[in-house]
Amino acid sequence: MNILKFIETFTDDNLMNSTGSRRDSFNQFGNIGKNLAYAAIPFGLSTFANKVMAKDITATPATPIGALQFALTLEYLENEFYAMALDSGVIPASENGGRDLKVFQQIAAHESNHVKFLIAGLGGTMSANFVAKPTFDFTVGGAFDPFHDYPTFLALAQAFEDTGVRAYKGQAANLITTPDLLTAALQIHSVEARHASEVRRLRGLKGWISNSERGAGMPAATQAVYDGEGVTMQAGFNTAMAFGAAAGSEAYDEPLTTQQVVDIANLFIV
Amino acid sequence: MKNEVKIQEVNPSLDSRRSFLKLSGLTLVSAGLVLAGCSDNDNEDNMQDNSLPGIKNGVFDLGSGDFGVLTYAYALEQLEADFYTKVVNSSSFNSVFNDTEKQVLTDLYHHEVVHRDFFKAALTGALPDPSSQLLPSLAFNYGSLNFNSRNEVLATAKALEDTGVAAYNGAGRLIKSADYLLLAGKIVSVEARHASAIRSLINPNSKDFAGDDIVNTSTGLDVAKDPSKILPIAGGFITTKFTANYLP
Repeated sequence: MNILKFIETFTDDNLMNSTGSRRDSFNQFGNIGKNLAYAAIPFGLSTFANKVMAKDITATPATPIGALQFALTLEYLENEFYAMALDSGVIPASENGGRDLKVFQQIAAHESNHVKFLIAGLGGTMSANFVAKPTFDFTVGGAFDPFHDYPTFLALAQAFEDTGVRAYKGQAANLITTPDLLTAALQIHSVEARHASEVRRLRGLKGWISNSERGAGMPAATQAVYDGEGVTMQAGFNTAMAFGAAAGSEAYDEPLTTQQVVDIANLFIV
Repeated sequence: MKNEVKIQEVNPSLDSRRSFLKLSGLTLVSAGLVLAGCSDNDNEDNMQDNSLPGIKNGVFDLGSGDFGVLTYAYALEQLEADFYTKVVNSSSFNSVFNDTEKQVLTDLYHHEVVHRDFFKAALTGALPDPSSQLLPSLAFNYGSLNFNSRNEVLATAKALEDTGVAAYNGAGRLIKSADYLLLAGKIVSVEARHASAIRSLINPNSKDFAGDDIVNTSTGLDVAKDPSKILPIAGGFITTKFTANYLP
């Protein structure tokens, strides 16, 4: 069980101990079983995080405004993540012909614009629909070191972008009654997909997701981002028939529910 | 309109294609007028439902509503699938492209064929009378495009993928069914992943994967276009006549 090994690497006992002993927490794992643990614990930790962190976000309502609020919170997360990375100097400026820095400067600019666009769409910062930026901890209590360790930064960037693609897709039905908002969300959604594809290639992967594989070098704790991506039946059509399951699943990106995304995001919200 | 050529006919000549494009451009631009003007014809066609795809006045029309949008997507996926099928089957495929490029283009070939066949199956299952309402297999002509040229193939792939993204982004609002909307969403992000990959192959050490030419520099939004803006672009390669008189 890689997920338990991952959790064992966490040394912050406060994170573990706030509502019970560490031993109790592990006992809970034993009770609910391996598969359920995987399904319920994106990034390996959010069950603990939910208990200790008072400012968790909760699922937004299944309405157009709720979808925009949800999107804004995700964009806050991405925007701050890339801004902090650019400030930290963790992104190599000269390797690969300067490719990495150019890529993340462009992605950062887009995420910043998405934040501004969505705030405006919600009626501005004084609007009753406005939601404030949460406080993020991208180290997850010291478990990750994305602003000093470039591979960790890249892995989280891939997880965030692939999550973003699935998250926007999951909101489509909530926007079907508001065509202008739906179109705007689709226009952000495809930009997130362009980002995801490029970040995956920077990590040596294909730009698309094969089966439900998180890809080489991705921490096991990020598997929640990829669970459910391996679908090969689309509206009754077997997409694996022509070229196999990997190609068939690559051809379709799958949605995540609001709650699934909230569980992932809350790991990084303190 | 009496002498419209039947849909199955393939006319690869460049002149004919150009004249059709002019024709279709006019038709598309004046779609609103055509819609009003067609009501008489519809009476003659036994009150045929405009929302369903099928032959109207001798030419296949994509229809409107969800079936119209799905049929429109089927037409675009037919084009993409045909293009990559020709790319990977070109005699010089193995010599013109490096391993990374071959992998990307082969994957795109797989994905687009799957998309095409999916739409064919989905429409066949959902249309009330697929024998008359399913868009036929289209014919294509790429004119002077040199499939032995890396640059020309990648430039065309880039145009097709970016066009696909803009098409799905623009068509989402036309879809009434949440299930169909989600299916379109599942596909459009893969098209965007493709566009990013092709753009990176063309200009690797750059921000072109999501370049300023395609992502608005103040809003961060990708392109979204109506069918009437997409079809004249895609139609440059499609020789089979069809109309989209009931899509915006």
